[in-house]
Amino acid sequence: MNRFHQYVRIKENPLAVRLDDIPSLEYSLFKDQTVHILQNKDCRCIAYFARQVKSRIDLYMCISDSKSEVMIYSTSCLEGDEVESLVLHIPALHVYEREIAECYKITFRGHPWMKPLRYPCSSVNHLAMDDYPFYKIEGSELHEVGVGPIHAGVIEPGHFRFICNGERVLHLEIQLGYQHRGVEEIMAGDRSWLYKMLLSENVAGDSAVSHGLAFAMLSEKLSGVEVSPRLEVERVIAQELERIAMHIGDTAALCGDVAYQLGMVVCEALRTITINTTQLWCGNRFGKGIVRIAGTSYPLQESIKQEVVANLRKVRKEYNQLISRLLTLPSVLARFEGVGVVTTNQAYGVGAVGMAARMTNILRDVRTTNPYMGYKSYVHEPILLDGGDVMARLQLRADEVVQSIDHILAFLAEFDHSAIASSPRYDLRAKGQMLGISLVEGWRGEICHCAITDETGGIARYKVKDPSFHNWFVLALAVRNQEISDFPICNKSFNLSYCGNDL
Amino acid sequence: MLEELKILHAHGVQYVKDLRNARLSPLFRGRPTISTTYSEEDVARLTTLCPTSAITGGPLAIDLGKCVFCRACEQHYPQIVQFTNDYRLAANKREDLVVKAGDEAGIRLNAENIRAEVRSVLKRSLKLRQVSAGGDASCEMELNAAGNVNFDMGRFGIEFVASPRHADGIVITGPIAKNMARALELCYEAVPEPKIVVLVGSDAISGGLFQGSPALDRSFIDSHHVDLYIPGNPAHPLTFINGLMDLLGIEEETPNRGI
Repeated sequence: MNRFHQYVRIKENPLAVRLDDIPSLEYSLFKDQTVHILQNKDCRCIAYFARQVKSRIDLYMCISDSKSEVMIYSTSCLEGDEVESLVLHIPALHVYEREIAECYKITFRGHPWMKPLRYPCSSVNHLAMDDYPFYKIEGSELHEVGVGPIHAGVIEPGHFRFICNGERVLHLEIQLGYQHRGVEEIMAGDRSWLYKMLLSENVAGDSAVSHGLAFAMLSEKLSGVEVSPRLEVERVIAQELERIAMHIGDTAALCGDVAYQLGMVVCEALRTITINTTQLWCGNRFGKGIVRIAGTSYPLQESIKQEVVANLRKVRKEYNQLISRLLTLPSVLARFEGVGVVTTNQAYGVGAVGMAARMTNILRDVRTTNPYMGYKSYVHEPILLDGGDVMARLQLRADEVVQSIDHILAFLAEFDHSAIASSPRYDLRAKGQMLGISLVEGWRGEICHCAITDETGGIARYKVKDPSFHNWFVLALAVRNQEISDFPICNKSFNLSYCGNDL
Repeated sequence: MLEELKILHAHGVQYVKDLRNARLSPLFRGRPTISTTYSEEDVARLTTLCPTSAITGGPLAIDLGKCVFCRACEQHYPQIVQFTNDYRLAANKREDLVVKAGDEAGIRLNAENIRAEVRSVLKRSLKLRQVSAGGDASCEMELNAAGNVNFDMGRFGIEFVASPRHADGIVITGPIAKNMARALELCYEAVPEPKIVVLVGSDAISGGLFQGSPALDRSFIDSHHVDLYIPGNPAHPLTFINGLMDLLGIEEETPNRGI
């Protein structure tokens, strides 16, 4: 066996593997193997997390390539151990190590920036929100600007600290954690499957369908529940509706920020049509309730299907009309083009996922790299752009709105209403001593849920990863050397989740 | 210019004229009704089933301040619980959010509990500072939607402002994360009198799905007067605006008759 092939390899999404089948490596080999694998740009770390068993801390590394092969291996440390950081070799791992160091007594030697990630209730160092010093640059010509945690608009809280030279941003440090509610801690407790299903929809309310789907897929896999082809398609239709609504909403926000009032109000109205379609289907504008374990309480009826088709056709027509006009307006283009540029190398370096990767020509799209549910039998071609600026992020949204509408129409054209719709189940019995992983492409990007079960099948450790976990750092890079007045459009062009990061 | 006119034409008229009597999709999860015919076993099963302990017995009741509108009770016991699409759910007394078996009347504000200065000072202009304290972004987006072209609460002089010093009150979403508790308190202190406090969503009202989480600090709620509770997961813009109209005593449906 090749020295660096010490992993269990599974080509499935979602997947489940017996803990006993996961090779446990000495840390030095664990490190070398990780560096070796991740030097291949086709491979990305989808999860790297710890689980404590008495004084032993197991670290699980999960890496996927672009053809849905997932490699899993682990290493074990003891409380108080100090190990060499992987970040010096693979910068994209910096958030994972920050997250682990915050909740477990492990020190990563050489980590360049061990800032707490979310100041969680299970933190081992019990730092308060103000305890970590912000980065400083001395200089009489420089000044600092602090924004938040409460922002001007009606959005979630987070703190941004800028160091500026005049109008120019030299550095942005993002402080998160204000939204921490203890999601993973509750997920690992003894609450019912129904409770956890609902909680997963509230991880990030703007991605309720996607996070709910990641949880449902994982629960089903761990319990050996099969889902019907009909349900597989309904779920991805709900997910694409979520994507369309959020992309249109973000188009409205970007238009609003550059004072293009018409674009803002038209997109607001089109988003309303989209989320009201979701409400017609399930009674909730964010799709809360559509995804349930093993079935759904809201099977897609013929009458609703007709509404979906009619509304999406209207939205596509009017949205295209608006976007065509928008892209001819010099006053709008001047604010978007060349602003907030992130290079392909930077995005690779910090491990960007989803939209934040695709806007700079990196293929990161779970629908293609790790197909799941309806995408297993439907070819999704990711849209890749190469601008890396606010314009590219707007254009990507515009293109993805149309693409997602086309996907839904294609799914609906083949949709079989006569197939039996299954009901939700909450009487699951998960297999004991397993590690499960599910991946879903939310509208922001890759959502990953992992669970480890104990001897009796209860969830001993639950790990949620929202794409924002990676992408906040992309935003910090995007505003470097920009005018501070362009921060709002840079921020909105990503529209990252605070609660998804803080959990 | 011609292009803009075409876009405007397709956009048409979007605003909801009558915010009091709009009709939502039949599946919208609004005010529930509870049958008076049930056994003690039903009560036991329903209270065990409800994930947020919103359902209690003696008599059977659902606390909309805790309910996350998952509809599990209705799906298992449709003969006992039915959710209507009545979106008027706001109350100004916490106990009025509890819908009991046999209750058919809609949920309305208790006029005696409205502070006199709220109506006399704020009726024609209400500026609000929103604070998300662990909110999951869905309530926040619905609050933004309350001011958009469809719901347009600005027609009543109600709007969100950036500074608490410009605000007449605060609107809280989320279960109040410990890490956000101090910022919330500071924001509240900065609002001038008569500052009103509005809780939006089950998370804010009771902690919702996060009740009992060690990551919360709900002492703010215990130590301040709450003027308005608006249930939902998330609260619908119509629920929010109707609640504020009730609080301010606004009865005209469309003051902007020129539109």
